[in-house]
Amino acid sequence: MNNGVLDSNNLNGGQKLAVKYFSVAVILFVAQILFGLVTALQYIIPELFFEVLDFSVARTVHINALVIWLLFGFMGAVYWLLEDEAGVETVGLKLGNLAFWVFTLAVTIVVLVYLFVQVGPGDDTTRWLINEGREYIEAPRWADIGIVICILVFFYNAAATFMKGSWSGISGVLILDLVALAGLYLAGMFYTTNISVDQFWWWWVIHLWVEATWEVLVGCIMAWGLIKLLGVRRQIVTTWLYIEVALMFGSGILGLGHHYFWIGTPEYWFTIGGFFSALEPIPLVAMVVHALYDSGVHKFKAANHPAMAWLIAHTFGNFFGAGVFGFMHTLPQINLYTHGTQWSASHGHLSFFGAYATIVIAVFYIAVQQWRGGVWMSGDLPGNGWKWKWSLALLNIGVLGMTMAMLVAGYEQSFIERAIEGSTWSGYFAAQMHPWFIQGMNWRMVFGIVTAAGTVLLVWDLLTIGKGEKRTRQEVS
Amino acid sequence: MITKWWASEEVWRKIAVWVTAGMLLVLMGLTFDTIPKISVGSERVPAYSIINQRIDYVFDEKRNFQVPVFGGEQPLFGKMLSEEEAEALVTWGKKITQGRNCINCHTLLGNGAYFAPDLTKAWLDPNWVDSDLREGLMINFLMDPPNNSMNSSGRKMPNMDISEEEAKAIIAFLKWMSSIDTNGFPYNFKPVEQEG
Ligand code: HEM
Ligand code: HEM
Ligand SMILES: [Fe+2]
Repeated sequence: MNNGVLDSNNLNGGQKLAVKYFSVAVILFVAQILFGLVTALQYIIPELFFEVLDFSVARTVHINALVIWLLFGFMGAVYWLLEDEAGVETVGLKLGNLAFWVFTLAVTIVVLVYLFVQVGPGDDTTRWLINEGREYIEAPRWADIGIVICILVFFYNAAATFMKGSWSGISGVLILDLVALAGLYLAGMFYTTNISVDQFWWWWVIHLWVEATWEVLVGCIMAWGLIKLLGVRRQIVTTWLYIEVALMFGSGILGLGHHYFWIGTPEYWFTIGGFFSALEPIPLVAMVVHALYDSGVHKFKAANHPAMAWLIAHTFGNFFGAGVFGFMHTLPQINLYTHGTQWSASHGHLSFFGAYATIVIAVFYIAVQQWRGGVWMSGDLPGNGWKWKWSLALLNIGVLGMTMAMLVAGYEQSFIERAIEGSTWSGYFAAQMHPWFIQGMNWRMVFGIVTAAGTVLLVWDLLTIGKGEKRTRQEVS
Repeated sequence: MITKWWASEEVWRKIAVWVTAGMLLVLMGLTFDTIPKISVGSERVPAYSIINQRIDYVFDEKRNFQVPVFGGEQPLFGKMLSEEEAEALVTWGKKITQGRNCINCHTLLGNGAYFAPDLTKAWLDPNWVDSDLREGLMINFLMDPPNNSMNSSGRKMPNMDISEEEAKAIIAFLKWMSSIDTNGFPYNFKPVEQEG
């Protein structure tokens, strides 16, 4: 053990690979924020980078960087807890390392092509090599196949390690969930001219990822985190995890129907989608109760305060961003007016940040703690831990502020563009030029800058926290 | 300590497995029911040759929202197409929209980005004045959007090097998309004036 310096001797094999994934994740997070700022600014200054880096290009990078950094964060998190949970060394680590480099190279090429080639003619070569032109899964087909192979290697590492070592409730849920997560990606890997069928399967990837398989994946990370950070009894955590899986899949799988109101699908989806998606907040409430209760029982005595704070932020963010903001527009009677407005973007930001960015950041903190030799990260940090506290505050205030700004703009669009003007071309622009909309976009920009400041501080803190720290981590029972 | 059944790990594990399996089964059943109903040539998603006909979007008393209504012949660019020709044209059009990444500014069927107007009923938009002028205006716009801008917000669609033939294919795709029964989305839409 080498206290206070970043030293890979402090890490086990899986963890060494994990920190590679985390490093790329942080870089992509920064890229996401930069391109987010560009897109937000283009709402205010439409000439910005016109026909050089158009809104569509910047936005593609913004949302793809988001999906990939979260995915890298999740994969890193699994490699991180693997040996600890299975009790043996990671199986097939060399292959895992190779897959990491292949994946990272592929992501780099894809982003460079987005930025410098941007578009192509309407033929199959474009979809194979440049851009698939479907939101969130824009990555060209060659990259899809590469991603699937890398994910298979990752899955092999995880499954084989548990098989060699020992299984637990957490690892059982995790492995089954990963099968579903990887399998769902295939639903987005084909072309069809029929846009209704196209969007039908597209939502299997998008919705069944973020509202089913990703939720359960972070449930597993959360369960493991509560054991490690607070010392909660494994049996309690596992039981909760099963309850959450039942509630999450019980509501989220058919909740898929809330995307089948207007894409050509039959009217019975109104009832099914409306009903089941309205139940989706229940597991999210359960998670808040669970995390807070456990923290309270353990008197908030945690081995890693920044990580614990981000886990609490995760439970609230998940509940508000996905649960409350999702519920607000999930019934068909309201979605008819909010569908495809800034209202959707408002929910998209708070949910992705609240549910997923937060917990990945928590894992980053768990990782740097160990990387520096398992150092102290509870109270009494140098400078009273101002950097982690301020970045936590700035990021959360920033994203919440952007969310509220977009919600106001979304209300205005729902009334004026959707309800009154009937969503015609001129109705769209009438709503875009309304003062409430413009104010919303300006405030989004302001809070975007707050978010960016929080991001800078976060990166700085991750690079420096625990430096020179001689105390070892707080013991938890 | 005696664990009550409702706090038992084993019981919840079983519930989780059964609930998940049950929901997956129901979803599979619904998928098998839905896919034929949204296949091309079904009642909800018409055949590609619908682009030979007049398409409108009219309030339906019984369903209580607007639905696509099809009238007599209104061949696109004055040319009646066979089913195969129509499919080829619409397919090319859709592939162009994907290759140019339209969905990262626009929404299609309400999904996508929010920087530009929804394209679901773009074919029927009153901005195209009437059915005589529409095709020409659409081609001009797509081939050179910055100089044919139709709004005063300062926001413009970039020139994406769309040729006349490509523009026609895109318009075929848009016309076909406007025939899909979207359960009344967009609500309260005011379609363009059309003859016939
Ligand atoms: C962490 C979980 C969630 C994430 C990350 C998430 C994210 C998103 C995103 C990004 C969109 C916009 C998709 C697009 O670009 O077209 C969206 C749409 C939507 N979400 Fe969620 N969501 C989550 C959970 C929920 C929940 C729990 C509900 C309901 C209770 C919900 C309801 C909706 C609805 C109704 C839409 C469609 C909006 C529209 O019609 O435009 N979401 N979600
Ligand atoms: C500096 C901070 C950020 C700014 C200024 C920003 C700005 C934007 C803008 C302008 C869009 C395009 C919306 C449209 O199509 O009109 C967008 C989309 C999106 N952003 Fe951000 N963003 C920021 C940070 C984030 C963060 C931290 C997350 C999540 C962790 C996020 C997730 C998303 C998602 C999911 C979408 C797609 C939403 C949808 O289609 O409904 N963004 N962002
Ligand atoms: Fe959803």
